[in-house]
Amino acid sequence: MKSAPYGFLLPAALLFLLFFALPIGYAVWLSFRKVHVLGLGLGSGARKEVWAGLENYTDALSDSELLDGALRVLGYGCVVVPVMLGLALVLALMLDSDKVRLAPFTRLAIFLPYAIPGVVAALLWGFLYLPDVSPFYYVLDELGLPQPDLLDGGPLYLALSNIAVWGGTGFNMIVIYTSLRSIPAEVYEAAKLDGATPLQIALRIKIPMVAPSLVLTFFFSIIATLQVFNEPTTLKPLTNSVSTTWSPLMKVYQDAFGNGDIYAAAAQATIIALATLVLSFGFLRAANRRNKQEAAR
Amino acid sequence: MPNTKRRRLVATTVAVALGATALAACGSSDDSGTQSGPVSLTYWTWTPGMDKVVDLWNKGPGKEQQITVTVKKQASGDTLVTKILTAHKAGKAPDLVQAEYQTIPTLVSNDALADISDQVGDAKGKFAEGVWQQTTLGTDAVYAIPQDIGPMMFYYREDLFKKYGLTVPTTWDEFAETARKLKKAAPDKDLTTFSANDSGLFAGLAQQAGAKWWTTSGEKWKVGIDDAATRKVADFWGGLVEEGAIDNQPMYTPAWNKALDTGQQLAWVSAVWAPGTLTTAAPDTKGKWAMAPLPQWSKSENRTGSWGGSSTGVTTDSGHKDAAAEFAAWLNTDRDALNALAKESGIYPASTSAQLSGAFTSPPEYFSNQPDFYTKAAEIAETTAPSAWGPNVNVAYTSFKDAFGAAAKNKSDFTAALETMQDDTVADLKKQGFEVAR
Repeated sequence: MKSAPYGFLLPAALLFLLFFALPIGYAVWLSFRKVHVLGLGLGSGARKEVWAGLENYTDALSDSELLDGALRVLGYGCVVVPVMLGLALVLALMLDSDKVRLAPFTRLAIFLPYAIPGVVAALLWGFLYLPDVSPFYYVLDELGLPQPDLLDGGPLYLALSNIAVWGGTGFNMIVIYTSLRSIPAEVYEAAKLDGATPLQIALRIKIPMVAPSLVLTFFFSIIATLQVFNEPTTLKPLTNSVSTTWSPLMKVYQDAFGNGDIYAAAAQATIIALATLVLSFGFLRAANRRNKQEAAR
Repeated sequence: MPNTKRRRLVATTVAVALGATALAACGSSDDSGTQSGPVSLTYWTWTPGMDKVVDLWNKGPGKEQQITVTVKKQASGDTLVTKILTAHKAGKAPDLVQAEYQTIPTLVSNDALADISDQVGDAKGKFAEGVWQQTTLGTDAVYAIPQDIGPMMFYYREDLFKKYGLTVPTTWDEFAETARKLKKAAPDKDLTTFSANDSGLFAGLAQQAGAKWWTTSGEKWKVGIDDAATRKVADFWGGLVEEGAIDNQPMYTPAWNKALDTGQQLAWVSAVWAPGTLTTAAPDTKGKWAMAPLPQWSKSENRTGSWGGSSTGVTTDSGHKDAAAEFAAWLNTDRDALNALAKESGIYPASTSAQLSGAFTSPPEYFSNQPDFYTKAAEIAETTAPSAWGPNVNVAYTSFKDAFGAAAKNKSDFTAALETMQDDTVADLKKQGFEVAR
């Protein structure tokens, strides 16, 4: 029965085709189409879908708003990724040390924000950022301290990053922590016999040995950063500083569902997907190459 | 629609989750193609309590005529437009849809709304001309039947106006003076805020000033967003924001609710549905607010704009257009239906005869201190200036939010923001292939 394996593959392959490959293919198809209107565009037959060639793509690439959005997201990522992964690594190392107490509880407490839906988290933080209703501002006011506007300018990036860090650190910590636990105890024993301090063990043994999971979490974080949507969309109604096209995905959403131009939106989505692919796999290849070089040494 | 505005914030957040499902979910109209025998219709609406109003139909006139209507509750406003257009593309739009007036040209332009002039032509007399004209787009066709309207009014804190010695402004010049006078008397208070997060407010203010944003000449569209009337409005509000006479923070935020509730802001330029919003936003100041006509641009004028309001349309996909049109006419002109709509859904009816009957003989609970609230409202509604919507209101509205949001934040030139809005709207029309007149 040579065909048996294919039979087993069939359900998954079918679902993949129907709900993944087909919609993607349709989106790509749409990205080469556009609507053409005749006359005033009222009544039947006034609108038809025509071939657009690369028009949607050239429009998207020459649209400064999409590029500006990408730059904003880049700035946001420069804060989120290092802070979140740094915190996750430090927390994982601390939880892994022998001296920690209440480890299961602490682990759960750090992980818990990840279980809260992003929209809910952004709403909660949004309330805390608004000077007139935030308890923090009340305290700052009582103490006579300056009250920064967190929903404007540079601090806005910190405010958005804070939500992502708060929500994402737990997940990344668990990934790193799991791989820390899988390091064989003999390695530590040998290090201790050689007189290594806990700090040296952490820096020289633990971190290099969990490097693959650091790469993995970095990879996930890049993708999540490029696709940031929930936090700025939820904070948008609270401030004039977040535009409807603040992040690239928000622009896609706005064009498709606000302005009704699914064709332009499809082209932008394709570009974002390609950029994500290039960036994330480029990073993975670079990381792999380094690993191989080190192994060869 | 008292709840529509408040729900925007929630709607935006929920939209994230619904984005995917909206595409997948399609209408299920029962297309048997014939007019005889029992008919069942599907109705997409966001009006709360609509199912109870529809029950009246299903048990009364609907039962006699064997027309059963099923309500499918939807998200409000623009989200629904996208959903209707997507469903229409698959030929699966429901029989009946709720549509805000400014979205009718978009829906008609996508051939989603059917011309029901043969079925409902005589309903015209029940509505004010300016309201009815929005559903015909100035043609002989009728694309929807008006349901509710949102004539704009001026709401203010009666007690605080007295406290600071302010008088109710009857012109926009007086309005500006009132704002300045208040700033002098109480620097930490604001008369109101200029909010850029609801384009309908600005559109209504421009409409009052006589703006005509979309007009046609021959086979071409003309966009007049930066016309003299709208410039006047933009300059006026931009000036107030720039000099700091009013606040520049958006509406419908928790901070805004608090500002209204604590008297930090003393007034709100709003529409007839404001009592519903104030009930939830400023519950502690119930009975302290009063309503007056919108300030005018000159003493001799008496006009208002409209903010919100919606209609009931029949889709081109419906297999039972006659039955659907019959229901739409009943829903928006029948006395019992309108009374139920007022009671269950809290809407302000477009039908002129209903504006002074039933639920509207006594003031809204929040305004129990103003017994003639609805008498005054009906008088104001009569002065609504005509509106002129075009096929890409959504694009203009998005552009407004971004351009005016940034201008309000930076306290910069509002006319520049208005030009951006004009340019974006024209560029989009051209991109779609419309001919645009200069």
